[in-house]
Amino acid sequence: MISKRIIPCLDVRDGKLTKGIKFKGNVDIGDPVEAAREYYEQGADEIVFYDITASSDKRNIMIDVVRRVAETIFIPFSVGGGIRNLDDMRNVIHAGAEKVSVNSAAVENPQIIMQGAKAFGSQCVVLGMDVKQVDVSGRIPSGYEIVVHGGRIFTGIDALWWAKQAENLGAGEICLNSIDADGVQTGYELNLTRLISENVHIPVIASGGAGKPEHLADVLTKGKADAALIASMVHYRTYTIAEIKHYLSAKQIKTRLFW
Amino acid sequence: MIAIIDYNAGNITSVARALQNIGQDFLITDNTKKLDSASHVIFPGVGAAGEAMVYLREKKLDEWLKRWFATGKPLMGICLGTQIILDYSEENDTSCIGLIAGETKRFPDKLMSGNEGLKIPQMGWNSVRLLRRHPVFDDVSPAAEFYFVHSYYPAPADEAAILGVTEYGMTFCSVLAKDNLVAMQFHPEKSGRPGLQILKNFCAWRLS
Repeated sequence: MISKRIIPCLDVRDGKLTKGIKFKGNVDIGDPVEAAREYYEQGADEIVFYDITASSDKRNIMIDVVRRVAETIFIPFSVGGGIRNLDDMRNVIHAGAEKVSVNSAAVENPQIIMQGAKAFGSQCVVLGMDVKQVDVSGRIPSGYEIVVHGGRIFTGIDALWWAKQAENLGAGEICLNSIDADGVQTGYELNLTRLISENVHIPVIASGGAGKPEHLADVLTKGKADAALIASMVHYRTYTIAEIKHYLSAKQIKTRLFW
Repeated sequence: MIAIIDYNAGNITSVARALQNIGQDFLITDNTKKLDSASHVIFPGVGAAGEAMVYLREKKLDEWLKRWFATGKPLMGICLGTQIILDYSEENDTSCIGLIAGETKRFPDKLMSGNEGLKIPQMGWNSVRLLRRHPVFDDVSPAAEFYFVHSYYPAPADEAAILGVTEYGMTFCSVLAKDNLVAMQFHPEKSGRPGLQILKNFCAWRLS
């Protein structure tokens, strides 16, 4: 049977991790390639890089990071952040990423999903969705609205409608981030995750809110997510990936335990 | 020399990087003369069966693969490269190469409505149960899992060609083996250490 995936997310700016990552002892790892290697060794099932480089002339630094990561780890990884068009997607994929994630660019131009799927295959195209809970209305019947630019701008797009739309356009996977839960470490947004996961046929990665292994157990069962994104809880070494997986395993949730 | 067949189908560079990592020399080519000089051939692939077959026919690589298979020298299929060595694929209703009798079928929609609510494609890590020993799987733990991304699966006509099976709401053939051919639905180049071991074993595979 397929395993639920545990996916650490690394934020990168100008080719460096935005926060140091503490590993064995007090070693602070600021190099995304080294951090990826560590998580690969620790049993990560996949790695997500989120590039928050602001200036476009520094974007080729990320391409170099992607190339070095691809030479170092032999599990799938994806790159998101700042992907505006087919050329950006191509650069990332040719540098060695399995998947590329589009978020606000897809909101502005949904055809980018179709173009990406046609050029590289659906399995390469991840739709990143940032979502906030709002009052149920005629415009937002699910009560969840798509937001962009770090949650500052409400788009008027219903999250459930958008997820189905993206699937029809050829997205191969959805990375679903709850802005309300993000960074709070009090658990994933279970209702949102379940709503999306039950209504699309492509895999859903839950994101935002992970603080304890119980949170992953909840989102992978009650939330029906196929994978769980984690950040702080492993970056600060509160937990190792192996500890999380053994916890899930004791709860009868299948994860990959041998690597 | 190990040769990777270049046919414009996706993950060739990731296979190349994995070979680099295990210290294996290789060449990437669609030139049949160069392919003839290889000791082992890897036939990878990501994408759709229809487009892949058009390209292979144009380059006469379909005929070349039949000849290579007949020489008895080692051949490895990966993902799409595994699916299109059968006679036929339901994907784009495509007539394929036919090294092994059988078809590539789409996962039935009923998998998605079952209790488990599975997704199509299967995307993620899953295990393989080997039905017999094979040198390409030596030193690979039965507990190992492998990375799969696919909506279609190989269904060989002759059960003797099934080397390994995987559960995904149903039991499907995830590894084929016949004579000098071994072919897998998963991606060894993206399956961590166990996957690299498979590539290493393949490169060291000597048929008497």
